[in-house]
Amino acid sequence: MDLAVVVVYEILYTIAFLALISAGLAVVFGMMRVVNLAHGEFILLGGYTAIVAHNNLGINLFVSMLVIAPVVVAVFGVVIERLIVRFLYGRLINTMLATWGLSLAMIGSFSLIFGTTTTSVKAPIGSISVGAFNISGYNIFIIASAIGVIALIFAILRFTRAGLVARGAMQNADMATAFGYDASRIYMATFAAGAALAGLAGGILAPLVGIGPNAGSLYIAKAFITVISGGASVVSGLITSSGFFGFVTQIVTFLTNSVIGELGLLVAAIILLRLLPTGISGRFFKNRL
Amino acid sequence: MTSRQLVLSVVIAAIVMFVLPVFFDVLNLTTYAAYALLALSLGFVWGYGGILCFGQTAFYGLGAYVYAMTAINLGEAWGGFFLAILIPAIFAAILGAMMFYGRLSDVYLAVVTLVVTLLLFRFMNTTAGPEYVIGEARMGGYNGIPGFPTLHTPGNPDANIYDEELYYFTFIILFVCYLLTRWLLGSPFGRVLVGLRENEQRIELLGYDVRARKTAAFAFGGGLAGLAGCLYANAAEIVTPELFSLGLAAEAIIWVIVGGTGTLIGPMIGAAVLGHLKFVLGLQSIKQVFGKENPLEATLVFGMILVLFVLFLPRGVVPSIQGWFGRSLVGRFKSGSGMRRRTRSERARNGA
Repeated sequence: MDLAVVVVYEILYTIAFLALISAGLAVVFGMMRVVNLAHGEFILLGGYTAIVAHNNLGINLFVSMLVIAPVVVAVFGVVIERLIVRFLYGRLINTMLATWGLSLAMIGSFSLIFGTTTTSVKAPIGSISVGAFNISGYNIFIIASAIGVIALIFAILRFTRAGLVARGAMQNADMATAFGYDASRIYMATFAAGAALAGLAGGILAPLVGIGPNAGSLYIAKAFITVISGGASVVSGLITSSGFFGFVTQIVTFLTNSVIGELGLLVAAIILLRLLPTGISGRFFKNRL
Repeated sequence: MTSRQLVLSVVIAAIVMFVLPVFFDVLNLTTYAAYALLALSLGFVWGYGGILCFGQTAFYGLGAYVYAMTAINLGEAWGGFFLAILIPAIFAAILGAMMFYGRLSDVYLAVVTLVVTLLLFRFMNTTAGPEYVIGEARMGGYNGIPGFPTLHTPGNPDANIYDEELYYFTFIILFVCYLLTRWLLGSPFGRVLVGLRENEQRIELLGYDVRARKTAAFAFGGGLAGLAGCLYANAAEIVTPELFSLGLAAEAIIWVIVGGTGTLIGPMIGAAVLGHLKFVLGLQSIKQVFGKENPLEATLVFGMILVLFVLFLPRGVVPSIQGWFGRSLVGRFKSGSGMRRRTRSERARNGA
């Protein structure tokens, strides 16, 4: 019984982890058809920001993670959007290449600034015991954050005027312009929102994983797979595909070990894309959020 | 290619081959030639087949590993040499068939190829234990496989081909592969392939089997990349999982972008020049200029190169030079770039 609780808890955690690291990319890809391959480094930037704000500036850890990290990365995202991404809208492959270059440049900069070693910060929540097992209490916070993030994205897109305008502009930029909205600024804001979500993920995960200059490739691979397999619908794609991959990874991990679990995720992704070439939501939740 | 062009390209290649060692270290040149072959394979698949493969290094690494393991098991090199072409080609054919018959396109194709590379990277890193062994060859995990027999005169495993001989051998292989690729592109198969890049639907409606052709082109590219990996393994005398890393995958893309898609000579030049740039950036003296001991600043430079090229010179250096000089001087080294230019401007007009 205790084991079952732990297994379910671990599965939920893996799903939450995937949803969290993919949310920013899902918004940017789902709304704007832009694949930001520097997403992993955006997450790292969030992590570094949270750690520096807490360790060096002495700011409360939760404030650093939940406020400062997303804000800093969002500002950075605006700069990148203005300097690079906005010239490449509609050219999917070129955006991928340019942001891949950005990703390499950021890896190089991180190692120049912070060194090649891994930095970290202590988790603010200790462990909880379930029967004979000890589980990490911080993981509950991560699961809650993932639910919060998804709810937030859904609420903004579905119920606010800004979300409505953003969705409209993505469907027909000329029409949005004709109604007096500045499409270019909407794109900028959406990209910034995606960056903020990446920063938030980095901040929240900073106490859990070591932040080093090369760690980004780990996130981008998983986030990329989750988002592409999820398809174009932001919320439903994100939920279904992180649910699917989290489940597969964790089950395989329990049956074998964590490395095979990761391989399981990659193999599952290849098979899934072969069967559903436009992603899960392209097949089942077409034209929904 | 006319016979005059053939003679001319042989003469130019021979001059380049004999002049380069005067200025550069032959071991470095051998490595650059292997890079150039990898770039040629990607330049063919991407620039002519229109298949943007983010993980061309998967076949490259696979070729290197196949060569190393076969050479250890056989105790001689040539079996491994041919398997290093064959197995990556078969692997590419299977992967390609899966993708093209599944009608994956663009971004999904990029994901799958990238994921396969990552898969191999992760897998090879975990094979440190003694249970991962094929015949007598241990896969060695993150340490890789050192000390396998290198290329030698056929029939005489003791007469190793190394240093200058290996450089000339690698360069000649590169040149032969270049000629082979050009011949393929001039053949009916190649013509249809380029047509397919320009308008897949039209080619399909003309009655050609697009999926089979893309798969065949992909397999050919995979074989070239595998051969490149084999040559690299002979130059480096060690194979490691780094061959499958995201960093190298990105570098291959950068070589092709900088050199120019839609040409064969461009990616090869791009690979050699940027390969040398990376070598120079890794030198101690440069590090002291930057003031810090740091192995990664090459990454920063390469990343910036990629961003700048995508933004300002997406066609790459060689096609741009061709554009400036017209068809007179360098024009004979390429085909089809005029067509490419038109489609690009079409795309720009449609805002797509």
